[in-house]
Amino acid sequence: MRARNRELFGLVPAALLLTAGFAAVFIQESGKLSNVSLVYGAIFLGLCLAGHIFIRVTLPHADPYIFPLVAVLACFGLVMIYRISGATEARQQAQWFVLGLFLFAGTVMFFRDYRKLENYRYLIVIGSIVFMVLPRVPGLESATQTQTYGAYLEIHVGSVTFQPTEFAKIGLVIFLASYLRDHRQALAEGRKIFGYRVPPLKHLGPVLLLWGVAMLILVFLHDIGSSLMFYGGLLSIVYVATQRVSFVVIGLVAFGVGAWYLGTHIPHIDSRVQAWLYPFKPSLYNAQSGSSYQIANGLFSQAQGGLFGQGFGQALLTVPGTHDAYVPLSDTDMIYAVITDELGLFGAAALLLIYLLLVARGFKAAMLARDSFSKLMATGLSAILAIQVFVIVGGVTRVIPFTGVTLPFVSYGGSSIMANFILVALLLLVSDRARRPTTT
Amino acid sequence: MNRAIVRLFAVMMLLFVVLVAFTSRWTVFSATALQDNPLNKLQTYASWKVKRGKIIAEDGVVLAKSVPASGGIWNRKYPQGSLFAQTIGYSDEQQGSSAGMEQFFGQQLSGHKSALASVFGSFGGAAVGDDLYSTLDSKAQALARKLLDKPGACGPNPTPCTGAVVAIVPQTGAVRVMYSNPTYDDNDPNKYGRDSDCEPNPFDNGCLVNLALAGRFPPGSTFKLVTTAAALDSGKYTPESTFSGDSPVTISGRPLQNDSNHSYGEVTLTQALTDSINTVYAPLGLSLGSNLMLEYMRRFGFYSTPPLQYPANEMSASGELDEQTQKLVKPPGPCTNYYNCVDLGRMSIGQDKLAVTPLQMAMVVATVADRGKLMEPRLATKVVDAEGQVVESFPPVEEDQVMKPKIAAELQAMMRDVVEEGTGQSANLEGYQIAGKTGTASTAVTKDGQPLDDAWFVGFPIHDPDIAVAVMLENIPEGYGGTYAAPIAAQMIKTLQAEDR
Repeated sequence: MRARNRELFGLVPAALLLTAGFAAVFIQESGKLSNVSLVYGAIFLGLCLAGHIFIRVTLPHADPYIFPLVAVLACFGLVMIYRISGATEARQQAQWFVLGLFLFAGTVMFFRDYRKLENYRYLIVIGSIVFMVLPRVPGLESATQTQTYGAYLEIHVGSVTFQPTEFAKIGLVIFLASYLRDHRQALAEGRKIFGYRVPPLKHLGPVLLLWGVAMLILVFLHDIGSSLMFYGGLLSIVYVATQRVSFVVIGLVAFGVGAWYLGTHIPHIDSRVQAWLYPFKPSLYNAQSGSSYQIANGLFSQAQGGLFGQGFGQALLTVPGTHDAYVPLSDTDMIYAVITDELGLFGAAALLLIYLLLVARGFKAAMLARDSFSKLMATGLSAILAIQVFVIVGGVTRVIPFTGVTLPFVSYGGSSIMANFILVALLLLVSDRARRPTTT
Repeated sequence: MNRAIVRLFAVMMLLFVVLVAFTSRWTVFSATALQDNPLNKLQTYASWKVKRGKIIAEDGVVLAKSVPASGGIWNRKYPQGSLFAQTIGYSDEQQGSSAGMEQFFGQQLSGHKSALASVFGSFGGAAVGDDLYSTLDSKAQALARKLLDKPGACGPNPTPCTGAVVAIVPQTGAVRVMYSNPTYDDNDPNKYGRDSDCEPNPFDNGCLVNLALAGRFPPGSTFKLVTTAAALDSGKYTPESTFSGDSPVTISGRPLQNDSNHSYGEVTLTQALTDSINTVYAPLGLSLGSNLMLEYMRRFGFYSTPPLQYPANEMSASGELDEQTQKLVKPPGPCTNYYNCVDLGRMSIGQDKLAVTPLQMAMVVATVADRGKLMEPRLATKVVDAEGQVVESFPPVEEDQVMKPKIAAELQAMMRDVVEEGTGQSANLEGYQIAGKTGTASTAVTKDGQPLDDAWFVGFPIHDPDIAVAVMLENIPEGYGGTYAAPIAAQMIKTLQAEDR
């Protein structure tokens, strides 16, 4: 079968999932939702098809599984949001999806030769870092829930809320892939001191800069999760570029020390760590601020799920008789807890498997790529996607302290959807170039 | 670089394995612990959304129902209020507290029992609980309350009686009446934590206590039925056996008198029961011995929590009670101090340290009425789901053949004599051959020296023994069971029998 036909075939599960999911939620909540909302499901399906046709025309050789996997995730997310927040939010999400597809198309059109991104690498990295600290700029800082949860991850421009970190992660990956393409040889070799290869300091500089950026995120944004996501993604590129485990080990130790020091000195991060360590301590659970209410309730919700889950629409989201959320941020940061509650261990594991397959296809594109920049960029993008999933799901499942990053393509929110579509566009561009038959 | 990418992917896979492992931990391995965590209110919240089933009296009157409140939750309403509060109890989902039948049948009423719980989870969920059909009779219950609340029913003081009425169908164990005064309004149980909130009058133990099941009182001479059953069924005596009825006699080194220190001369056992002669029964109990008395007490249900569909912690077992440890002691007791030493003679006339629930005495009299067979008392007959299907039923269960049917017949005849010509004559209604036994247990002395008694009467209609009644009224000045309890019991029997016809 030709690659594009395989892709089209791969969209069938997404279509089925969307249809079945919407029908199930609709039947469950027919009292509350109108017929019209079903139309959005159909439109969404049409968008997936449009995306496919676009890829068929512009990227004929690209990996055939990446787009269907993204479609499955997005469809799944849409159904969950339809169920959790209702038709209005699902429509919003569908609109973000449309915008995301346009960004996707735009990226593919403008950066058909994505290697020209390299020319702007310093612009990109400076832009990304500035972008990232925007939430701390007076006047732009968000007054919404994210800040009340203690981290600075959003900016407000007019009525639009924006999460710059989602976009900055792509910029940083592009920069590092480009930089290491040039310097990896020097980093990998270096001089031997006491039998250990120490890379020349001037080449090590940017790597140290990364550590600095990660610490910056901790200090400025108060968010250990975003910080971990960036740092993990970037260390992945360093490792693949230099093939030296020692960089990773030193990098992780340095991060650990820095995170520990800052964590114990920034109250918000400390309270997150406390909530992670002792979620069931009554004084923490009932605390006014820095409470473990959210994380503990998320765990209680997951316990309801069992192997197969309670079924769509069965999870308890608000305290009955009130408007108080039982699991705060259930459609964004905590969506994994709701998924586990309703679809059980098997449903949650299936979702993780889809992410893993997507990551695998990303790495596959990296392996097939013929030049270092493409390889490193695809590796970085795939790794940062995987680590993002790990950070948020790990936070919800108490592997690591809980922090506010989104579950890519599934969580409600425009910035996340749009940024991740750009990420996917870049992966497909790398893949298309890599798999294009060489004309010899 | 490709090898490094493969290794990197392996690391990512490892991270995902950790995620799946932790998800498994919360969903499967630690799920029960999480669900039992006191901070986890999900079960409570879920129960708020369940429309609990109704509790329906035998005559169709609704005793408990759920009405919708705002926000998709339900409020529990008790249309009969304080009339059935002691027996039905309450369910306060918001507070997570419950009592009585509401607690015992909580699973059925909230639909957990019938919900199709499978490995696939409960599709649709059980939002409607099952209805509970009770054995209780609302009209007779209302009569019990009326009789206890009537001014003067318990002596010159016009306040309502403190006490309990229990009526059981001897052949099936169905409890038709269980009323306890003072009571409370179960529509607002939290209001009645303090004694002063009780209606209709203050009571030492607060008013949430169901005296019929948890209150323990000296049974007085009604206990002579147990002693008589032991004497006859063991074959050691017959109703015609003769005893000396002279007063006083010395029991455990102290003199024991009959009422008014009356001496009866030589009497048969029948006469001794009829006139409730202490000086016959105390030596009789001593001659039967501790083991035999204990054996028959146990057969009647003493020394164990009643096999009733009710929370065990809201019921008391009956027997000799050590006041210091609040534990029951079995005759002859360890006898290491005054409090755990059983005075067998005085126990045989229902004094000493006997502490007995009204339900226990109702079980004793029902056993005699049912030819010596004790049926498990029960409060509910069936559980019916929203579609009208019976999902659970509670058929009559035989507890024990306490005495031979012939002996029960002899005892019945003796009890008929009590009402016809003995201490229970005020229960002798025309057209009803009521058999029974009075009890008058001195309990306390008021500040001005007035002695107080618990007045008891247990009885049943001998010609058609389809109901057995126990009435206990607490702390009445000169409170003879024959004066105060017997007329109430007779009224109950009359009404319950009239209803059946």
